[in-house]
Amino acid sequence: MAELVSPSAAGPSYGKTQRRDTWWVEIIPVVVLLGGFGAYATLRAFEGRFYEWGPYLSPLYSPLIDPNHHWWPFSPALLILAGPLGFRVTCYYYRKAYYRAFFLDPPACAVSESRHSYRGETAFPFILQNVHRYFLYLAVLFLVFLWRDAIHAFFFDGSVGVGVGTLVLLGNVILLSIYTLSCHSLRHLSGGKLDCFSCAAFGGPRYKTWQWLSVLNQRHMLWAWASLLSVGFADLYVRLVSCGAIRDVRLH
Amino acid sequence: MAEAVLQIFRGDSKGGAAKECHVPLAPGMVVLDALHYVQAHQLPDLAVRWNCKAGKCGSCSAEVNGHPRLTCKTRMDALPLDKPITIFPMKSFPVIKDLVTDVSWNFRVNKKIPPFQPRAGAEWKFDQKDVDRVQEFRKCIECFLCQNVCHVLRDHGKKEEFGGPRFFVRVAGLEMHPMDGASRAALLRKELGIGLCNITKCCTEVCPEEIHITDNAIIPLKERVVDEFYDPLLMLVRKIRGAK
Ligand code: SF4
Ligand code: SF4
Ligand code: FES
Ligand code: FES
Repeated sequence: MAELVSPSAAGPSYGKTQRRDTWWVEIIPVVVLLGGFGAYATLRAFEGRFYEWGPYLSPLYSPLIDPNHHWWPFSPALLILAGPLGFRVTCYYYRKAYYRAFFLDPPACAVSESRHSYRGETAFPFILQNVHRYFLYLAVLFLVFLWRDAIHAFFFDGSVGVGVGTLVLLGNVILLSIYTLSCHSLRHLSGGKLDCFSCAAFGGPRYKTWQWLSVLNQRHMLWAWASLLSVGFADLYVRLVSCGAIRDVRLH
Repeated sequence: MAEAVLQIFRGDSKGGAAKECHVPLAPGMVVLDALHYVQAHQLPDLAVRWNCKAGKCGSCSAEVNGHPRLTCKTRMDALPLDKPITIFPMKSFPVIKDLVTDVSWNFRVNKKIPPFQPRAGAEWKFDQKDVDRVQEFRKCIECFLCQNVCHVLRDHGKKEEFGGPRFFVRVAGLEMHPMDGASRAALLRKELGIGLCNITKCCTEVCPEEIHITDNAIIPLKERVVDEFYDPLLMLVRKIRGAK
């Protein structure tokens, strides 16, 4: 192997590397799961029906606005989707995942890219990632509605009960809450931005909060995937019950 | 005795080629031992930089089978022996000779960073919890493996506009220090180009000191840059406060 290296030069083409492991395997789950969820959620958002049954409301349609089409002729999901979508698109973890898997920038560590004009997050559109914290504020608002839906799912025609759907919606909102609490921006705002915890106003409680959120933050990737799958599953469950494909089982 | 076949880069800034060498394996052997064996028995002029052989001086960085690694911390028995093991110099820095690269660009970046500046008039007293966080950043051994693997430098060649993960680690250690009074947010945004980092985490993956470079240094610094330059609400609050 008399391979020449031209020092400090970028590889001329994508995928050039001396790595021997199957580095491209890393991006396959991201492409499949993110791509699959994206396609499913788009179809469901445009479908505009089968989003509620009994006390259950699909998380893709919550909060439900103008379901009877007084002023909005399209699917009500389209009115609210920008919130959760923006939160995930600007999330630090998902950014890593899709920059690697969809933009191949880089495809994997120590694997070449072509030397296109790279601006990272310094120019439009990616400079907009800096607004992530505003999507966090929105996400907290959405959580309020989703908790309301989860509690609502315990009330069947005036009587308190538990169905499989109740547990599905409850599990979903718990995972979404953990995902939101583990957000990097929240970790910063809660206390990470302080240079000196003991000198700041409310420094003690902010330090404690920052510490707890940091513990959750270490698993941010896990919460990101778990909550994405739970949203998809909760919606699918409500859809199947709503269109009559399966029957909701009452546990209590 | 079992032996390993190595393909070691031989050359300089003009180019070069891999040379095949055979090394008998010994228990506990690391790649740096194998290189020393080659130096002693086959290629006496093989250029290798090293100092401690204990993973602490950060000198022996190279690319083993395409992975940026400390050669003194890479065990031979962890590598597949069915094919030759490639040992190449770090790709992002100019080769001086064989496995030795010129990393002086890093020292020039370092000079751009204002050192620790005590807060004016502050009492020199702080709690342990105030400094726990910056301890992690002080573990850096300046092996520059993170700089080498970072695609902003490695593939996009942004050495003029980008400081690189190692220096975000250094800035994080200064910015989060309870007694430091300087702000380096503008420096991070402009001269060190932190916006060029797209948080794809290769630096974290290669760091031999297991510093959480992206999660604990870069992302918190990006958030501080947002505080300063991209958050309209905070900018308004500062305006109102400043106007008073
Ligand atoms: S996370 Fe940023 S600094 Fe680290 S390797 Fe990736 S682009 Fe470079
Ligand atoms: S941060 Fe880690 S990888 Fe980078 S120079 Fe320091 S020890 Fe090496
Ligand atoms: S960083 Fe992932 S949700 Fe904020
Ligand atoms: S020789 Fe010191 S780190 Fe490898």
